[in-house]
Amino acid sequence: MSQAILSGNEAFARGAFEAGVRVASAYPGTPSTEILENIAQYQEIDSSWAPNEKVSLEVAIGASFGGARAMVAMKHVGLNVAADPFMTLSYIGVRGGLVVVVCDDPEMHSSQNEQDSRHYARLGKAPMLEPADSAEALAFTRLAFELSEQFDTPVLLRSNTRISHGKSIVTLGERVTGLPDPKIERNPGKFVMLPGNARKRHPLVEQRLLDLKTWGCDQEINRIEEGEGEIGVITAGIAYQYAKEVLPKAHILKLGMVYPLPEQLIRDFAARCKTLYVIEELDPFIEEQVKALGIEVKGKEIFPLCGEFSPSRVAAALGLPQSQGVAVPSEPLPNRPPNMCPGCSHRGVFFALKRLGAFVTGDIGCYTLGALPPLSAMDTCVCMGAGISNATGVAKALGEAERSKVVGIMGDSTFLHSGITSLMDMAYSKTPATAIILDNRITAMTGRQDNPGSGHTLAGLEAVPVNLEAICRAVGIRHVQAVDPYDLARTQQVIDEEMRRPEPSVVIARRSCMLDRHGRGVRSTPLFVKADVCTACKACVKIGCPAIEWRVGEEGGKGRAYVNQALCVGCGLCRQVCKFDAFGVGHES
Amino acid sequence: MSPDVKNILLAGVGGQGTLLASEILSETLMLAGFDVKKSEVHGMSQRGGSVTSHVRYGKKVYSPLIPDGQVDVLFGFELLETYRYLSTLRPGGAVVVNDLKIMPATVAMGTESYPEDIPGKIRAVCAEAKIVDGLDLALKAGNFRTVNTVLLGALSQRMEIAEDLWLAGLRKMVPERFLKENLAAFQLGRQA
Repeated sequence: MSQAILSGNEAFARGAFEAGVRVASAYPGTPSTEILENIAQYQEIDSSWAPNEKVSLEVAIGASFGGARAMVAMKHVGLNVAADPFMTLSYIGVRGGLVVVVCDDPEMHSSQNEQDSRHYARLGKAPMLEPADSAEALAFTRLAFELSEQFDTPVLLRSNTRISHGKSIVTLGERVTGLPDPKIERNPGKFVMLPGNARKRHPLVEQRLLDLKTWGCDQEINRIEEGEGEIGVITAGIAYQYAKEVLPKAHILKLGMVYPLPEQLIRDFAARCKTLYVIEELDPFIEEQVKALGIEVKGKEIFPLCGEFSPSRVAAALGLPQSQGVAVPSEPLPNRPPNMCPGCSHRGVFFALKRLGAFVTGDIGCYTLGALPPLSAMDTCVCMGAGISNATGVAKALGEAERSKVVGIMGDSTFLHSGITSLMDMAYSKTPATAIILDNRITAMTGRQDNPGSGHTLAGLEAVPVNLEAICRAVGIRHVQAVDPYDLARTQQVIDEEMRRPEPSVVIARRSCMLDRHGRGVRSTPLFVKADVCTACKACVKIGCPAIEWRVGEEGGKGRAYVNQALCVGCGLCRQVCKFDAFGVGHES
Repeated sequence: MSPDVKNILLAGVGGQGTLLASEILSETLMLAGFDVKKSEVHGMSQRGGSVTSHVRYGKKVYSPLIPDGQVDVLFGFELLETYRYLSTLRPGGAVVVNDLKIMPATVAMGTESYPEDIPGKIRAVCAEAKIVDGLDLALKAGNFRTVNTVLLGALSQRMEIAEDLWLAGLRKMVPERFLKENLAAFQLGRQA
């Protein structure tokens, strides 16, 4: 038994290995991505990137039908995509154990909303476990598989950014042995959810919840930590850590299973405490259920509903004294928002769209940064796959005069995730909008994972890359043009041409991500600014490249642009926007 | 709040390698027999944005996030980002910071300006602040990529962890072919 310091995501992966998982699938999504990346190191597990979360869960359900233990991992909004199979899976139950890890992102460090995925446990009538550190992430993963098979149910494991990307010490165990070998077994009454079968399954689901409620009352994962005094706290997950930090003497009921709740245990605990708090991030999920038992608790009337907790936020809500740091005179500081990398293949496309005055319906990926200044060339962003379907809707709403301005944009991975049906609808409805696919050959934002278009698999094998042009044509788009986004003039000309075309069309902007793991991002000789030629017009600054700096002139001088050669990858976009030919390649002699 | 828990806040710019530095630090603290927790965010915020990493160690650590105003050591990889989090330092806390400016996009575009004399402002609240020319020492160690190891060396002088544990942490986390220059960088940082 060795110790290791693991992130929550590494611990979920280790837990999957130790639990005897044979099949794992996921679509990348912060903060869940590293779970599958770490599972991939175990040869015993067939692990793969799926095109989207729905597919990954359906693959796992299939593996469970075959008798294998299977795991999927996704971010909170990924479970929205996988919700359809999940809801019926709950009726079917499992053959091999099936666990869904769902990682919330309170504070929206890297997400478009901060939905509380615990509601899916209640909606789907399935148990949900919530670890509070990496050691529990590992232990609860193992337990989740036992629970899944014991109660014939999918099990949700809830994480969040601080659990998934926080590291703490764990003790490693061995992989379980003696699990039954997968083989075909037919069981239509359980596996075929025709109405007649499903009607028989639903009462079993309701009974399962009652059984789990009782089970949860005498399990170590739902434990009371004795304190002193009259204050009691009901808490779970990361909030437990903050509760222990700020109320070290309180009695604590730490819930490892956040749905269904162990009602009798809660009643017994509440009876001993004069003042009872429920400390939980986001929604009053536990609080409302405890109140429904007729128990008086303090919760969201003092604790925030929005954003993530911290020891200081919890202490402030409780009215406890706060420690003060050193006094620093206040001064407005320049923000440092994230930015597209030097040489990013998306930059030229957004620059062209801005010049063309397009109304751009965007999507989720690195390219969402195209909404920020100085490019400011994205007008909407909703969810994965919405870029193209939003464009269809906007174009349907607008009159003929403005319709040609509408451009839907998304990355290659997002297109494969859920953009194909959006494009099919644009073609089928003959909506004269333009779709742009930013094909950088990788799922960049989450850390450059492979996808069905990248030519490689998670296991490191070569794959046949999906042919994007062929897909576009197959769904009914007659005009599909590919451009190199490093060629700004051509890119702008082609986009302009397709925007003017009175029928649906697609532009594929193809150029590998500079950070591509397969080395396909091409670096060239860095550029420099010819000091005597630069007219200080700032046109190059407006492309928002981190390698271009503006240097203020001395003593009221005009200032000039400057290339940070350590960052420049020589894409040459700045050179193309400079009207004065002030950029040279190499070093100024 | 736990008095026996020590808090280190790492602050830098996405892409500087702060995550790897916090890994080496956490590994070393685990080897020293402490309970350790570390927390940071990945993803959208990493693309050249402001990044922090919380490292906490002691007999038993609960929260992975450091309570406000309780940072024992502010460990900065860039001046502005260090200054941004200066008010999280507890009175009497230490600062170890890389003498490096990376211009945020708004400064590079000329719409905002980089604050003047950050080293002086840091010293105004922490007279003993260690301001290290990480790049210069990394070049002396033989590779400009060893800046963060230089900084870890400087940090090691502000913490009561035996030198051999730091070296063990480095050996565990740094690939063999880069080990020699990293060990040299660590020593240059310790002597800085």
